[in-house]
Amino acid sequence: MTVAWRGDQFAAAVETFAPGSVAGHNDSDTWVYPSSLAEVAMGLRDRPEFRFDLLSSISAVDYIDHYEVVYHLTSLPRNMKAVLKVRCGEGREEPTLPSVTGVWRGAELQEREAWDLMGIRFEGHPNHKRIMLWEGFPGHPLRKDFVTYSQSVIDPEQAAAE
Amino acid sequence: MNMNPQEPTAPYGIDPSNPLFNVTWDMDREEGRAVNLMKAARTEQYPEPLVDIPDELRRSALVTSVDTLLNWARKSSVFPLQFGLACCVFEMIATAMSRFDISRFGMEAFRATPRQADLMIVAGTVTWKMAVPLRRLFDQMSEPKWVISMGVCATSGGPYYQSYSVVPGVNHIVPVDVYVPGCPPRPDALLYGIMQLHEKVKRYTLTHTPAGQE
Repeated sequence: MTVAWRGDQFAAAVETFAPGSVAGHNDSDTWVYPSSLAEVAMGLRDRPEFRFDLLSSISAVDYIDHYEVVYHLTSLPRNMKAVLKVRCGEGREEPTLPSVTGVWRGAELQEREAWDLMGIRFEGHPNHKRIMLWEGFPGHPLRKDFVTYSQSVIDPEQAAAE
Repeated sequence: MNMNPQEPTAPYGIDPSNPLFNVTWDMDREEGRAVNLMKAARTEQYPEPLVDIPDELRRSALVTSVDTLLNWARKSSVFPLQFGLACCVFEMIATAMSRFDISRFGMEAFRATPRQADLMIVAGTVTWKMAVPLRRLFDQMSEPKWVISMGVCATSGGPYYQSYSVVPGVNHIVPVDVYVPGCPPRPDALLYGIMQLHEKVKRYTLTHTPAGQE
């Protein structure tokens, strides 16, 4: 059975090899600072007590006043999993994070998806393009403030005129 | 936020000397332009290509018999295009298998190239990104050609109605002869739609182009 790390224990374990990197934790998740994400990710992959060699998923969350990126990690050698969260600064303007493509190669497509649908930029990504929508699509559709401009939407002024 | 379609700009933070970038970016940009163009242009729905036979032709015995022979041949050996977009395609595959057996209607030869096909079964959700290749496939099919819109996604967008990425009805892209409702329609429903199409094909004439065709 895969063991899930508790948030407080995981935060303490991360602090041991990357002091000052943990921004907080709750029962199941651990927050780290964006500036120390690269160091933490490399340590989680390579250190013998973690060996998180599989990045299960990257999610992006729109919390209105800020964005957050969630990394689900799985360790196949140690058979355990953990949740790592990074808060992309304050406000909605150009949320940016360092890319973890250099640590987990599989992050490339998922970071492109987060950029495509949520508009989160990843510094150092080798091929930072849209992945699902077409080039020239306006905006990022999974953001809370995205308003669809589809032709199927009825224009209230036009409907009133008719 | 600007909600109008934008000219594709070079992606953020990319080194243009990256060989991956050089290979794919030109294609991405052209694709984005084509999708934006189609999305801006296709605001009207194509009408159903109705068969309207003039009275004087209806009385012409010679033309009628040739028409009957031709239409019988056409409706008895419709070659569908091997083309599926979403879950509806599995019902289409089931229709072709032995339990429902589309070959009873002379349709078992699914063609892998549009140039040998004369029926396009749009089976599944049509996104704007797929609309450009779909229109190209339709243009490559040889006359006479027919289109069946299978399932609510292809007919009106279905559960993805008003989505940012889904075409609100494939009749914005191509003229549709028969709509088959359902999510997805059972093979029986698709077979019934095909039989309705056969009835329609029987009424074509040599001297008349059905309305709605370009």
